[in-house]
Amino acid sequence: MSEKELKVTKIENGTVIDHIPAGKALDVIRILGITGKENYTVAILMNVESKKLGKKDLIKIENRVLEPREAKLISLVAPEATLNVISNFEVKEKYKLEPPEMIEGLIKCPNELCITNKQDEPILPKLKVVKGLKIVLECIYCGATLTSEEITKFIL
Amino acid sequence: MWLNRDVISVLDFSKEELLDLFNKAKQIESIRENSFSNLKGKVLATAFFEPSTRTRLSFQAAMLRLGGTTLDLGEPTVSSLAKGENISDTVRMLDYYSDVIVIRHKLEGVSRYAAEICEHPVINAGEGTKEHPTQTMIDLYEVWKTFKSLENLTYAIVGDIKHARTISSLILSFSIFKPKKVYLISPLELRAKEKIKSFMESNGILYEELTTLSEVLEEADVFYITRIQKERFSDPYEYEKVKGSYVITLEHTKKMKEGAIILHPLPRVDELSPKVDSTKNAAYFSQARGGLYLRMALLRAILTGD
Ligand SMILES: [Zn+2]
Repeated sequence: MSEKELKVTKIENGTVIDHIPAGKALDVIRILGITGKENYTVAILMNVESKKLGKKDLIKIENRVLEPREAKLISLVAPEATLNVISNFEVKEKYKLEPPEMIEGLIKCPNELCITNKQDEPILPKLKVVKGLKIVLECIYCGATLTSEEITKFIL
Repeated sequence: MWLNRDVISVLDFSKEELLDLFNKAKQIESIRENSFSNLKGKVLATAFFEPSTRTRLSFQAAMLRLGGTTLDLGEPTVSSLAKGENISDTVRMLDYYSDVIVIRHKLEGVSRYAAEICEHPVINAGEGTKEHPTQTMIDLYEVWKTFKSLENLTYAIVGDIKHARTISSLILSFSIFKPKKVYLISPLELRAKEKIKSFMESNGILYEELTTLSEVLEEADVFYITRIQKERFSDPYEYEKVKGSYVITLEHTKKMKEGAIILHPLPRVDELSPKVDSTKNAAYFSQARGGLYLRMALLRAILTGD
């Protein structure tokens, strides 16, 4: 193990989210709803040198496995990220996040006049994921769009 | 191609489909007969969650002239909507009772939502500040009949560019039929939303924003006039100050080039002087009349495939 990797100790059980674009770690923390009052260890590394990304962010969370909902949301702000499930200090599972085609019921449409924001209507917001240079979400009902930078403000 | 199609946005249609629709409308118009029996036994339901007598009547007239019948949800204030029934239950009920549902709502995305719920086709008769596909089809139909083509024309669009859904919907159609240039003429406060501007830019639609009409009078082929509402101004004094600048008068028409036409989605208030009515440029009554044939063609196409 190199010096750099030793900056933060290894976790016994939990999740390591690697290859987060530099500067996006706090968005990921927001998605996970981590406030710091939890009784598990969270390590956030920002601007770590990376062969692949130049600079990257990295998050280690002890004793927590991500829900599919969380993985989907993270894939929108950090589409290159890899998820490592750690058990007994070993990487048990490792997979690359892949943004889905559609996000349903997880993010609110930013258009206040959109039908999906009306109370008492049995409708879930559905946003199409438009994958370009940057990820953009587009409401399938009203056509309003949301950039990946704005996503954390609209999580339901 | 047409059978059971929803009509949610003009962007759901291709150039070929729109031209096909205009040809169908023209064919109905040329027969000059007022009743058909193509839609005998079919029922059209109108659900106007936001009042618009004219659009509703136009759809109902189109259906009746095709031999069908109509149902109406009633005014939003007296119907179940006032009691708080949701849109989903309302349109589901209309879907059971009818063969096609025409819907207008102030919220955006309602017609796509209704189309998800309903088995029968749904027609958007205006929603939010962005979409009014059948009005746009009617506008284009009039331009097409006049100029025999929809390409390479210069438009002067006058009014509340920011909020008027007829304008926004027409601008969307410019990605299908490329104009030569579009002048957007409005008070500063009512200029196009960023989203519409970026739409035009990404679709290569050449446009220019102006505050007065005078400099394009000789240049435009099509003048599209809409109402500017007092309520849209943050300062009523500002409205009083500018309103006169967006009124089309007889003097204006004298400067217009040969063959230029004036369109207006109607109803008008005072933005279009009645003195203009008798000029060769006035095309808005023909446009309204053509609207009936276009809606007939659309209903027949959706309900029978022809
Ligand atoms: Zn929306």
